[in-house]
Amino acid sequence: MSINKETVKKISKLSRIASNEQFEDSMIKDLNSILTFVEQLNELNIKNIEPLSSVVEQKLFQREDVVKIMNEKKDVLKNSPHKNENYFVVPKVIE
Amino acid sequence: MTTIAKYTLVELVNKIKSKEISAVDATNAYVERIQKSKKLNAFVTETLESALEQAKKADEINQKDGALSCAPIAVKDLFCTKNVQTTASSKILKNFIPTYESTVTSKLWDQGAFLLGKLNCDEFAMGSSNETSAYGNVINPYKNNNDDLVPGGSSGGCSSAVAADLTSATVGTDTGGSIRQPAAFTGIVGLKPTYGRCSRWGIVAFASSLDQAGPMTKDVADSALMLDVISGHDEKDSTSANVKKGEFLKNLNKDIKGLKVGIPKEYIVDNMPKAIQSLWDKGIELMKDSGAIIKNISLPHTKYALPTYYIVAPAEASSNLARYDGVKYGFRAPGKDLIEMYENTRAQGFGNEVKRRIMIGTYVLSSGYYDAYYLKAQQVRRLIKNDFDSVFNEVDTILTPTAPSSAFKIGDKTEDPISMYLNDVFTVPVNLAGLPAISLPGGLDETGLPLGLQLIGKSFDEQTVLNAAYALEEKIGFQSQVKDWWM
Amino acid sequence: MTEKEFDYYLEGQTGKWEVIIGLEVHAQVTSNAKLFSSSSTKFGSDPNSQVSLVDAAMPGMLPVINKYCVEQAIKTGLGLKAKINNFSKFDRKNYFYADLPQGYQISQFKFPIVGEGKVILDMPYGTKEVGIERLHLEQDAGKSLHDQDPQNSFVDLNRSGVALMEIVGKPDLRSPEEVGQYVKKLRSIMRYLNTCDGNMDEGSLRADVNVSVRKVGSTELGTRCEIKNVNSIKFMQQAIEYEAKRQIEIIEQGGAINQETRLFDTKKMETRSMRSKEDAHDYRYFPDPDLLPLELDQDYVDTIKKSLPELPDEKKSRLMNDFGLSSYDASIIISDQEISTYYEEVAKNSDYKLAANWMIVELFGILNKENKEIKDSPVSAKNLSKLIIRYCYSTVIWHYMNPLTTWWYINWILIFIDEFKTLRNIRSSPSTFYIFTITDYIYVTYSNS
Repeated sequence: MSINKETVKKISKLSRIASNEQFEDSMIKDLNSILTFVEQLNELNIKNIEPLSSVVEQKLFQREDVVKIMNEKKDVLKNSPHKNENYFVVPKVIE
Repeated sequence: MTTIAKYTLVELVNKIKSKEISAVDATNAYVERIQKSKKLNAFVTETLESALEQAKKADEINQKDGALSCAPIAVKDLFCTKNVQTTASSKILKNFIPTYESTVTSKLWDQGAFLLGKLNCDEFAMGSSNETSAYGNVINPYKNNNDDLVPGGSSGGCSSAVAADLTSATVGTDTGGSIRQPAAFTGIVGLKPTYGRCSRWGIVAFASSLDQAGPMTKDVADSALMLDVISGHDEKDSTSANVKKGEFLKNLNKDIKGLKVGIPKEYIVDNMPKAIQSLWDKGIELMKDSGAIIKNISLPHTKYALPTYYIVAPAEASSNLARYDGVKYGFRAPGKDLIEMYENTRAQGFGNEVKRRIMIGTYVLSSGYYDAYYLKAQQVRRLIKNDFDSVFNEVDTILTPTAPSSAFKIGDKTEDPISMYLNDVFTVPVNLAGLPAISLPGGLDETGLPLGLQLIGKSFDEQTVLNAAYALEEKIGFQSQVKDWWM
Repeated sequence: MTEKEFDYYLEGQTGKWEVIIGLEVHAQVTSNAKLFSSSSTKFGSDPNSQVSLVDAAMPGMLPVINKYCVEQAIKTGLGLKAKINNFSKFDRKNYFYADLPQGYQISQFKFPIVGEGKVILDMPYGTKEVGIERLHLEQDAGKSLHDQDPQNSFVDLNRSGVALMEIVGKPDLRSPEEVGQYVKKLRSIMRYLNTCDGNMDEGSLRADVNVSVRKVGSTELGTRCEIKNVNSIKFMQQAIEYEAKRQIEIIEQGGAINQETRLFDTKKMETRSMRSKEDAHDYRYFPDPDLLPLELDQDYVDTIKKSLPELPDEKKSRLMNDFGLSSYDASIIISDQEISTYYEEVAKNSDYKLAANWMIVELFGILNKENKEIKDSPVSAKNLSKLIIRYCYSTVIWHYMNPLTTWWYINWILIFIDEFKTLRNIRSSPSTFYIFTITDYIYVTYSNS
């Protein structure tokens, strides 16, 4: 399974990272090199092995349905690069 | 003043509590050194005035309580610190000022420590040499001839700062070796606790199932003290382990007679440098001297750990970093519509290594590839964990080298990502299994650069790991060779 | 009793077509706090005033699940006669949008909390069983306002992180009418259980509607299109009609249907393609590493089951069997929990059928005319009950005054023995009702309690 320019363009779109010729070329090289490296896993027989998604062996903690004192609107918006008094402001989506 | 900065954390805290040293003198000792050490580029943000103010006040009202009474501590710039810029060493978080404090750092301040500043690291903790930071490379206080060397990564600012006595101790994070490997490269002690031992709340997330905060200190006793302070269950982190708090410093003990130490044969890699093999052999001898019992063990899936890691970590990272989109905080680039804004923001805000990992992470999770990569990696992860579970029926701890080399020259490995990734070959399996591990300085190589030895323990058995390291540390008798050449 | 036959078929140029519809209903969970954070879920608050650090996806933030939301999902699953899964997991659904601060939604993909179930609909042509595929918990997104500014959109994250139950129905629906009944039934069940207030105006309940068509007699499913985020039954029905006709026209002209996501334009009354969602189909689901699996003890589930109130279907059976109501009357009474509570209060002391009849014909007549709900009724249940009793007495007295009917004499005597059983056979006459109404109207109006 190797990566070509079309795949790189597609992944860039999915990850919302703008790409240009230089970026695509370097990504093709690097990503293929990483994929070749990880191909080793195919040497193993992993049939019927349960995947491990967490090493924590305990039950999920569930909290009570209580509203805690919440943030002021100004703190929520404080770090935003573009905001007005009430909202985060973003360029429009072309639907 | 120089003498104060050379004290270990335990020594410093005792002297402050006994009033032998004032809080102001202690803080000034570090402030002066930091101001003369810009060349090392260990800091992204300094909070020296604020630290001095706090020290003044503490002296005035004679407030010397807490396990870290008035100790000046800088922390990795991955911990969100309230009202202090937190960047994750990335352009995309430049000028981000959190309105909240991470759980781990809160615990430091609750125990009386003062913040000296935020330490440089690899961008979003992705790297093994601190060469991917948007704020420049960090330089290792150890030099080889006249070359600037890497301090290791991703916690390079941390390791450099501790080794250069710019902080009494620090906390870093370890996802694939980011505490242990830089500790080995700079001749200090770095501990990665069991996954879940310390809260992840308020730490900029890289790979959620692997990230863990841990102390980086001058010696093992300091590490035990720091672990006492930063560990503990946190309900705000659903992966935080609900286990009894340890008393690691109190129970620190050099007596390791009868301790069963495993030596895994699969850690003998091709082209292993002689110095590393000698170091390992030396470690084994010294443990035998202390009365430990050496056993040869096998961790058969060791070589698959790195490829597994380089699927799982980027996959989780690609999702964790999706929030950096220029909307709520951080850097935003212009764009004619929302999508263009996202694409430009992320292309300009993230460095190349981060983009590389997001791309590979997105790919391995994408439709048609999930089973072949991500699912398979999760299955291999289970095998790796099983290997450890099985050997821990026969041994109490495992001894290995920390890194396959000593610190290398800046720029040496930046051409090929894989050669950089191979730095983590001894450390990564531990993160995949979620186990505790420590790196301590084992000696110097032929060029006078420090080498690290790693001790791996059972889940939540940091005490055994610390004790074994404590015993070994005494036998080794390592002395820092740092010469202040940059001042 | 002749029942209507099912007859929703669309005439195309090449014959009769059948419409296949499957709904994915998103229901906001009734709870004080959000699913993974402790901020308030209250509707209509000042923008960005109910946003926690977790909701705003600040760096380093982590989700912690709300126990009550889990309970609400279990209750709803039980109400849908579905299997409650003792083991379920949370997965991340990854995509980018301004109202999705994390860049992913925490949802459930492979292992949902609730499995297969079913819902029974009362249609004019009989009962219809609609299959439920699954129910899972997920986070709601924030809101974007696109009409405030020519260049920009504004984002309000108040709703970000509110708990949603996504109820995925099987493609068993065959007409806009069935869709309407299905949504009403789901809404009713959840209101009975108090797990969702079903308020479509406030966005508590909305649906994605999957529509495909096929020739009558065919057994294969056609390619479907998904109409996203429809928040009223009327719009759903209009969208389905438009979409079905659109698809039929394309196929009859020799074209093929593209599987795609569409929006219903409520002004133009048509569906159109959503370009921006095209590449969002690759959600790259993977288990959320910030959460552990949700494991539910069977004891816990059983305790919840025991605590459930009587559900609409059971209530309907009981009203028909024990109260002697017709299927039609019973359906109306159970359609809303408040109505059925009101009814049972009325029927406690008065004739069951009269109570139903008076509610459905007289009371609802007044309420509908004034656009009021049962909770705004000018007559309390207790007083309506008294009214009916007094009416019955009045009726008897009236007929007693007519010496030509011996049967009424017997009833007058029996009234002292067993008032209600016999009264069931009394038929009202308009004149009696009016006399009664005049005398007691004042009583009702001024003693409402």
